[in-house]
Amino acid sequence: MLKFFTSNQLYLGLAQALIAASSAMLVVLLARKRGIHLERETFIAMVRGLVQIVAVGSILLLLLRGPRWTSGFLLTAMIVAAGATSAGRAKGVPGAFRVSAWSIAFGAGSVIALMTWFGVIDTAITSLVPVGSMLIANAMNTNSLALNRLRADVLAHVGEIETALALGAEAKNSVSPYVQASFEASLIPAIDSIRSLGIVWIPGLMAGMLLSGARPVYAAIYQFVVLAMIFAASGLTSLVSTLLIRDRIFTPAQQLSLQPGR
Amino acid sequence: MTATSDPIVRTEHLGRVVKDKVLVEDATFEVHTGEVLAIVGPSGSGKSSLLRLLNRLDEPTSGTVYIEGIDYRQIQPRELRRKLGMVTQRPYLFPRTVEENLQFGPMQRGETLSHESVEQLLARVGLKAYASRNVANLSGGEAQRVSVARTLANSPLVLLLDEPTSALDEASKLEVESSIQNVVHDQGLTCILVTHDTAQAARLAKRALVMESGRIVRSGSISEVLHA
Repeated sequence: MLKFFTSNQLYLGLAQALIAASSAMLVVLLARKRGIHLERETFIAMVRGLVQIVAVGSILLLLLRGPRWTSGFLLTAMIVAAGATSAGRAKGVPGAFRVSAWSIAFGAGSVIALMTWFGVIDTAITSLVPVGSMLIANAMNTNSLALNRLRADVLAHVGEIETALALGAEAKNSVSPYVQASFEASLIPAIDSIRSLGIVWIPGLMAGMLLSGARPVYAAIYQFVVLAMIFAASGLTSLVSTLLIRDRIFTPAQQLSLQPGR
Repeated sequence: MTATSDPIVRTEHLGRVVKDKVLVEDATFEVHTGEVLAIVGPSGSGKSSLLRLLNRLDEPTSGTVYIEGIDYRQIQPRELRRKLGMVTQRPYLFPRTVEENLQFGPMQRGETLSHESVEQLLARVGLKAYASRNVANLSGGEAQRVSVARTLANSPLVLLLDEPTSALDEASKLEVESSIQNVVHDQGLTCILVTHDTAQAARLAKRALVMESGRIVRSGSISEVLHA
């Protein structure tokens, strides 16, 4: 319907964004009726997301014509931003930003490097940056889920953890059930994505490849490849971040520093 | 045991301040082998904070503690916590059997507590034949007695009791108190008991400290302190 009103791609995109955002705000209004207030956070997140993606799109336009090393620069910047975003989900956790950034760098970075070396990801900036960003973004989400869950579990079980410490348990053993639970919970979205692939959803990358004329079977296989890489990057990130955070929530004298109200 | 022996626990100007809030200030006292010391005072007076400092679950911001004459910062925290076994207000049993709960502490040092030892420990707290029970099926008083037995399984030098009966009804409270009497008096275990219940302090201890606003304001024999 929108195409009847404009043939300008920019105006068309903005109109589409407005309609899609309105549907999201409608959900926010429904939530408000049930006493759940997401208005401010959702509005800021959507405006921020739109501005960021348009800004990145504009920068990409310039960088995609540049030398190949620019992809390394872009991916590093994305990892730092992902670390900062993820750390916001672990308030009160000491060193959350550093842990998040290093974990995402290790998890997503090692998968990107390995897959690029094998030739699974093409070295062209137009391929490396978008696919790399998908791995980083998913690693960030997994990291956020893991840290958020671990933080909540530790705060809810301070008594149990300190009882184990008081009985002479090593700090890492006193929180091991919660570290394991947060790792498992953080990987649920990645596992469900692979499990429901093609049945519940046809991901954007595959849709994009089909629209740009790729053979459907290759597009499907490559989509699986991307999801498998996402799982690997997310799993490694979550594994590293939960282990790093586990050590940071204790003092050198094995005292639990993450406590309610501290 | 007399108060002339070397103290098993001695604190020197022990204190803890968090974000300008004084939790414990300048706490200096001694506990001798076989002695039961009660720490009494109103809620928020710093009793439990002081006990947490003794077990080093929290770090002192001033002063220190000597265990058998050794500054406790020179003792590995895990070893220190085994020596100063703590029983908390709520038992926080691990969701397993009673026996597995008792085996937890020794297992942390790579030791296995035999079934006979488990039975002996449970008998000391009046819970014979409870070893195979799941902790989910225990009453509040039974759970707290398992918690006492679990701490004893580590063979502590000193038993730290943090309001062990405050979350229990009257009948359960008497059961737990009787178990503590048995362990502490009959077997001569050194004990520091935190309680807001002065009658309980009088029943279990011979000496007491009174805390107010993080400071020890009185100390002496139970009768001197509680009737001052």
